[in-house]
Amino acid sequence: MAITREEVLHVARLARLSLPEAEAERLREQLSAILDYVKQLDRLDTRDVVPTSHAVETGTPFRDDVVEPFGDREALLANAPDRHNDCFRVPRIIED
Amino acid sequence: MTNVPVHEWTLLEAARKVREKEISSRELTGAILARIEALDPKVHAYITVLPEAAAAQAAACDEEQAKGTLRGPFHGVPIGLKDIFCTRGVRTTCGSRILHDFIPPYDACVTEKVLGTGAVLPGKHNMDEFAMGSSTETSFFGPTRNPWDLSRIPGGSSGGTAAAVAAAMCFAGVGTDTGGSIRQPASLCGVVGVKPTYGRVSRYGMIAFASSLDQGGPIARTVADAAALLGVIAGYDRRDSTCVDIPVPDYLAAVERPVKGLRVGLPKEYYEGDGLSPEVRAAVEKALKALTDQGAAVVEVSLPHTSFALSTYYLIAPAEASSNLARYDGVRYGYRAEGASGLIEMMSRTRAEGFGDEVKRRVMIGTYALSAGYYDAFYGKAQKVRTLIRDDFTKAFESADVLLTPTAPTPAFRLGEKTGDPLTMYLSDIYTIPCNLAGIPGISVPCGFSAEGLPIGAQLLSKPFREETLFTAAGAIERVLPLRRVAPLEG
Repeated sequence: MAITREEVLHVARLARLSLPEAEAERLREQLSAILDYVKQLDRLDTRDVVPTSHAVETGTPFRDDVVEPFGDREALLANAPDRHNDCFRVPRIIED
Repeated sequence: MTNVPVHEWTLLEAARKVREKEISSRELTGAILARIEALDPKVHAYITVLPEAAAAQAAACDEEQAKGTLRGPFHGVPIGLKDIFCTRGVRTTCGSRILHDFIPPYDACVTEKVLGTGAVLPGKHNMDEFAMGSSTETSFFGPTRNPWDLSRIPGGSSGGTAAAVAAAMCFAGVGTDTGGSIRQPASLCGVVGVKPTYGRVSRYGMIAFASSLDQGGPIARTVADAAALLGVIAGYDRRDSTCVDIPVPDYLAAVERPVKGLRVGLPKEYYEGDGLSPEVRAAVEKALKALTDQGAAVVEVSLPHTSFALSTYYLIAPAEASSNLARYDGVRYGYRAEGASGLIEMMSRTRAEGFGDEVKRRVMIGTYALSAGYYDAFYGKAQKVRTLIRDDFTKAFESADVLLTPTAPTPAFRLGEKTGDPLTMYLSDIYTIPCNLAGIPGISVPCGFSAEGLPIGAQLLSKPFREETLFTAAGAIERVLPLRRVAPLEG
């Protein structure tokens, strides 16, 4: 199943991956090969099969909704690539 | 009795000798740190070595013991962790540039439990980037080498852990397994590796790859060591909503149980096809003979959807990964690309520069499989086939207590041999992947060597939460085939 260059670029935009030209073509070939391989699943009739999202069904565990402050704020903020006081600083959000 | 060097002791021996004051934790930890210093430049099993912190931990253990306190069953014994488990205050990279400087502000549940036993942390083990790989070659920090043959890969993604255990650079370690990432490297490095039932070990603080498949588990040099280590990391944790609240049995007691009457199933699909090396087949037959000689019965079973497992996995795992890895955006932690003029450009360049090729490839496949118009055809379809694969196992376990298969189709391959073709690399996980899709537990136990002296492992699979059966069967194989576990590697 060949996927097109436009599809590769579209998926890269969705995945927030900037993609140089040469890499887009290489990825197009590799993704096409992998998608060809996985299309073998179409040979199976699964109309009446219930999908499995988790192998061990445990149901939804409930607990009381209690606020627990995280102890070490400074350790969290210390990981920031760019920090302004107690905020994470980012490049401007509204682009021209 | 010959004198076994300190670093070659089993985990349980080392723990007993510290407890009985035959050796101090300082000496024991010193022996391991010396081993790492001498051998790790060749093997590269560690991303981060912690000589000062480990020595300080060992000194504290000795002081507490002098006052009559033991922290737990592995007091003063060095146990390593794959660099996927968050360690408070200690860099945790997940093998990726994007987390190259990440210092977690908290410990993973597994980290808490391992340190709670009194274990000393010698360092963090190398791994394929975000656990995506079968050879440890996708690590941003460079590949790990197989201690049995330095020109070969140790397997992956927990290749650093398996290599560190096989080279006696720790007494045991904890890895993670999404499609074989504990069992395959354990097999290729000649050690024991356990993928517990999904939900048996908490995933809290374990950096997520594919959340419905990931499980942490022990890698050790003996079945008893692996059983003892699983016993301390298993159990309920309310911080992981998929962690199951059922009691943890005494796994160690299961190792010595007789296998008489145990029904060993051979799934015929795992022995068909030309991908299986004759040497691996012969070694697994020896493991089978070990079981039948001790009174186990053989039954042939069928897992008819086996040939669809790889495709199913390579849709489900990348789909979940693409979602899990969305958090790496350069905003709150980790790598950030310089000089971007806007937010979207910053994120897109951060991810392009911060992720390696294999991770990008899987994020792309996953994003594609989840994108509008393709969800039903790919991800939805794979989830349905996952049901068929799981049902195959349920049916097989009606006539068998445990299944015996090869762990990997071949012994360790050479560095660079499979990096050019992603699909060929994926095939090295063909026997381990179905277990993760079904959520059942599995173990790899050494069962022989190739003519070239490379280790070969046998895989055992059992019903959910029947890890005890795995330890009983693996223990029986180990009793008959007491193979060398420490690689013959000198500093």
